[in-house]
Amino acid sequence: MKVKHGFFTSLKCRECGRHYPKEALHVCEFCFGPLEVDYDYDLIKTVLTRDKIQSRPTNMWRYRELLPIEGEPTIGFQVGFTPLVKADRLAKRLGLREVWVKNDTVNYPTLSFKDRVVSVALSRARELGFEIVACASTGNLANSVAANAASGGLKSYVFIPADLETGKVLGSLVYGTNVIGIRGTYDAVNRLCSEIAGKYGWAFVNVNIRPYYAEGSKSLGYEIVEQLGWRLPDHVVVPMAGGSLITKIHKSFKEFVKLGLVDERECRIHGAQAEGCAPIVNAMKIGADIIKPVSKPQTIVKSLAIGNPADGFYSIQTMRQTGGWAENPDDTEVVAGIRLLAETEGIFAETAGGVTVAATKRLVEDGRIKSNESLVLCITGHGLKTQEAVANKCGEARVIGPHLREFLALLDRKD
Amino acid sequence: MPVNVRIPTPLRKLTKDKDIVQASGATIQDIIDSLEKEYPGLKERICDERGELRRFVNVYLNDEDIRFAQGKGTPVKDGDEISVIPAIAGG
Repeated sequence: MKVKHGFFTSLKCRECGRHYPKEALHVCEFCFGPLEVDYDYDLIKTVLTRDKIQSRPTNMWRYRELLPIEGEPTIGFQVGFTPLVKADRLAKRLGLREVWVKNDTVNYPTLSFKDRVVSVALSRARELGFEIVACASTGNLANSVAANAASGGLKSYVFIPADLETGKVLGSLVYGTNVIGIRGTYDAVNRLCSEIAGKYGWAFVNVNIRPYYAEGSKSLGYEIVEQLGWRLPDHVVVPMAGGSLITKIHKSFKEFVKLGLVDERECRIHGAQAEGCAPIVNAMKIGADIIKPVSKPQTIVKSLAIGNPADGFYSIQTMRQTGGWAENPDDTEVVAGIRLLAETEGIFAETAGGVTVAATKRLVEDGRIKSNESLVLCITGHGLKTQEAVANKCGEARVIGPHLREFLALLDRKD
Repeated sequence: MPVNVRIPTPLRKLTKDKDIVQASGATIQDIIDSLEKEYPGLKERICDERGELRRFVNVYLNDEDIRFAQGKGTPVKDGDEISVIPAIAGG
């Protein structure tokens, strides 16, 4: 049974405003600007209320009028509504009063926020009649496409840089997908995928399905607002790779304000990248509009290692418009960030999470986040996927024989 | 001997559905001008009104982003391969 809702109306070029049909298109034929989904907000406003949202199952589809599929979701119905954790111990360490962690390390099914975008992308791909789905990925997206395609009975191909973390490669292979490792950076993978997408009739979730795919990230923002009790925080810190997530979180807040679901207030959105690949942060810090791509990213934070970020320009606009800032901690700070979050809140984040925590620390130290202000950290992927980053940096298990006297001796030792 | 230019899907209506076309010139700028003569309308898709490459267009010369070389002034030699590719979302 297919219910046509008509809440999303067309695709629209973000640069020149030209309209396009709701097909597998992602680039404006005229100016190469990215196409974005356009909605009938007047219609949505008549049906979407706080009560309505709260009456629905606790997954990302409780905001379904604001997600671009026409019928009901056929893939990823259990995704989202991850915990928003009140992080008092982390707050104390940072010298802040109110800190929350949006914990997408436990997103279903592949432990990163990418399940949000993939459930929209694959549901839409199926509506458009595709049978083969694919992606270019730094790891998390590949895991999510592979898993969700498997559960949806779709054939999949995932393209990744060949030197990714073991956990991220295995985390795709296990689902029986076709994993293609490319000798080169993510940007090289991206380029190849763009050419492949033009040649075959496949649904590349972040190429020709991108307008639909990217909208899935908004659910993270909607959930933050709802879980905070229908309010916006003073600050949000978001990791940036291609820069899509930070712009979509901003969009989600603006949409909720427009629909009267939350009161408008100043909410500063800050972006974080690792020092070894920080094209967006670098541009933000020098006040530039043009992003200088990084040709050879060098960082342990592989999930954010995109040298040529497609949404970099819009990310900078988001940070500027909201009064936010950008930070680029180095790999040592990233590892310290991962450990700080783990030791204070019991949350094991991947390297991107370490970047977010470390960037936040800098923002607090520089007085950009003040002690009496509220803050939400977006922690977007699980640490078990990037174990290499912290291996040998958290000490070792102390090994003894199964004898009480050995344990007592161990406790007596000072080491 | 001319160079090969790979044309992305959104521009193929202008190149009669050809995914690879040939052009000649000493620099990327020359190549763009040469393409415009053969396929009128192509230049304004790739470049803005000031003649600069549009923000969301990436041009590669033999796998290297021309922004890491000399931009539109990057020299081109016989047998090179140029790709015009739209920006892609992260992953």
